[in-house]
Amino acid sequence: MIAAIVSLTILGLSIGFSLGFVAKRFKVEKDPLVDDIEAMLPASNCGQCGYAGCGQAAEAVAKGDAPVTFCPPGGRALAEQLAARLGVDADLSDMEDRGPMLAFVREATCVGCTRCFKACPTDAIVGAPKMIHTVISEACTGCGACVDICPTECLMMEEVPETLSNWRWPKPQPQTQLVSTAA
Amino acid sequence: MKFFSFKGGVHPEGNKTPTTSEAIQSFPLPARLYVPLQQHIGAPAKPVVEVGQTVLKGELIAASQGNVSAAVHAPSSGTVIEIAEHQAPHPSGLPVVCIIIETDGRDQWIEHSGETDPWRLSEKLIAQRISDAGIVGLGGATFPSALKFNLGLKQQVKTLVINGAECEPYLTSDDRLMQERTGKLIDGIRIMMLGMSASEAIIAIEDNKPQALKIMSAAAESYPELKVLKVPTRYPMGSEKHLVYTVTGKEIPAGKLAADIGIMVHNVGTAYAVYEAIFEGKPLVSRIVTISGGAVNQPRNLEVPFGTLVSNLIDYCGGLKQTPERLLMGGPLMGLVIPGLDVPIIKGSNGIVALTKDELKVKQQSACIRCSRCVSACPCGLVPLEMAANIKAGNFDRAVEYGVKDCISCGSCAYVCPANIPLVHFFNYAKGELVARQKAKQQQEYTAELAKQRQARMAEVEKQRAAAKAKALAAKKAREAAKQQQEAAQS
Repeated sequence: MIAAIVSLTILGLSIGFSLGFVAKRFKVEKDPLVDDIEAMLPASNCGQCGYAGCGQAAEAVAKGDAPVTFCPPGGRALAEQLAARLGVDADLSDMEDRGPMLAFVREATCVGCTRCFKACPTDAIVGAPKMIHTVISEACTGCGACVDICPTECLMMEEVPETLSNWRWPKPQPQTQLVSTAA
Repeated sequence: MKFFSFKGGVHPEGNKTPTTSEAIQSFPLPARLYVPLQQHIGAPAKPVVEVGQTVLKGELIAASQGNVSAAVHAPSSGTVIEIAEHQAPHPSGLPVVCIIIETDGRDQWIEHSGETDPWRLSEKLIAQRISDAGIVGLGGATFPSALKFNLGLKQQVKTLVINGAECEPYLTSDDRLMQERTGKLIDGIRIMMLGMSASEAIIAIEDNKPQALKIMSAAAESYPELKVLKVPTRYPMGSEKHLVYTVTGKEIPAGKLAADIGIMVHNVGTAYAVYEAIFEGKPLVSRIVTISGGAVNQPRNLEVPFGTLVSNLIDYCGGLKQTPERLLMGGPLMGLVIPGLDVPIIKGSNGIVALTKDELKVKQQSACIRCSRCVSACPCGLVPLEMAANIKAGNFDRAVEYGVKDCISCGSCAYVCPANIPLVHFFNYAKGELVARQKAKQQQEYTAELAKQRQARMAEVEKQRAAAKAKALAAKKAREAAKQQQEAAQS
């Protein structure tokens, strides 16, 4: 009994110390996690999270300084991915599960001031001075950098409308289900 | 001829007797046709008619656009009164853009003529005619057929398998087609073989259709390259993968197509449409639809112009006995629940089935007890219970490892599940989610590239601006120095 306790204690301590030593001695300078996380982010450097760009934000998340829910354009899907990658339990319940958002130009009030396309990090807005601007929806990340800059409030974020091509089956809810076909 | 038996599958009650002896009737023309632009897999067709224009039956009203698409033709003569959204025959209940035609009752065909010598057409021309006729896979998958022909030629397909299995309960439209339009169907199959330069065609028919088997065998006798094969009645015999295995003993590898192993599968309905396109010059404007199910007064087989509302068909079949518990487009196992009777018939609609409560197994869902009946039933050799458990927990990667991408959504697992777990629903949900993630990833890569380009451009602009500023500063300094020198010289 005592022999077992002693031997296991010694084993545990020696493994613990050697792991600690190895961790200090062979420390990896740049965390590969940061690269992984950066690859997941929109890379538009829109700045909505408060960091200068996606690179800095990735470092902060990897260190644990920022919550996984920090990225507004990434939304809940990104938060889930980050939580899985970092192995943390994140409380996503208060994060509204909005679908992907896209910017739209209300053409009636656009004066063609050219400010929005200068602010767009992915060149998703096209236009010319005193011409109505428009958003290329494929290139829009939904970061919202253009919304506040618009002097006539003609830019707004809208949910991507559901169509037959982007409709998906919802997750089955636990309830009475009808299973087709006569038994 | 010998067949190979695939693993798994189920034997649901056939329920084909109400319509199996119902000859195909042509449906009286409805007053309005709602012809969707999207009746196929791929990009929706692009309208080429305007509101107010009169059209003849068979006239092109929407052209195919993009790589994967199919043309749409006017199902009858009349006037285009609107191009607007109408509810789609789809479980989501979302709208689809339709060309709405008010029919004039004359049902007048546009001038058309078949090929004078169809047996001398080139493969390319056959594929072109099929594409022009707007033909898509009529078994329900609605993939544009011409693309399949081109693919078949590229992959040097040798064997054409004609799918006359019709394994879904209730449906008899293919059965009736084989019995009543045998000659044309055989010619359609032969021209299909010519179109993909296949050397043999095997027509597979389940043994629960003895009449069709007899008639088709007799008709195929004079052509040695055609073989009619009696296959056992087992669901999902009509699935491409399982039919190919049953007929040839070859397995289609995961993630590959039948064409990759030199085989191509087409439905009997498609073969008939190909006959009409080549021999009669008629585009695809109607199809045979089985109207059945316990809630329907007089189940029938009807030849219906596309765009006819389901409510018109139900009225013609004597209305409903009772409110159906479930309304399906297609059979009860793989058919899609439709949101109501106000949806149009499209190219892929092989049946309308209105089921009563007695025909459904309505039971409380309970927990999985890992009885593994779903594993025995799965014809793809997957483990449905593990896939569903992982999907439920949001663990999609694990579900992919278990092979959710190889699932054909046949519903055999849900059919046998004693706990009534909606297994296929889980798999459909997971497949949608995986597609959405893939798309999101592509989008993210694209926008990241755009952002990088923009940053590089802005850095370049900044550099140029700085250089210009420095140049201007230097010029100013030089000017000032010159001025000072001048002043010094003057004084």
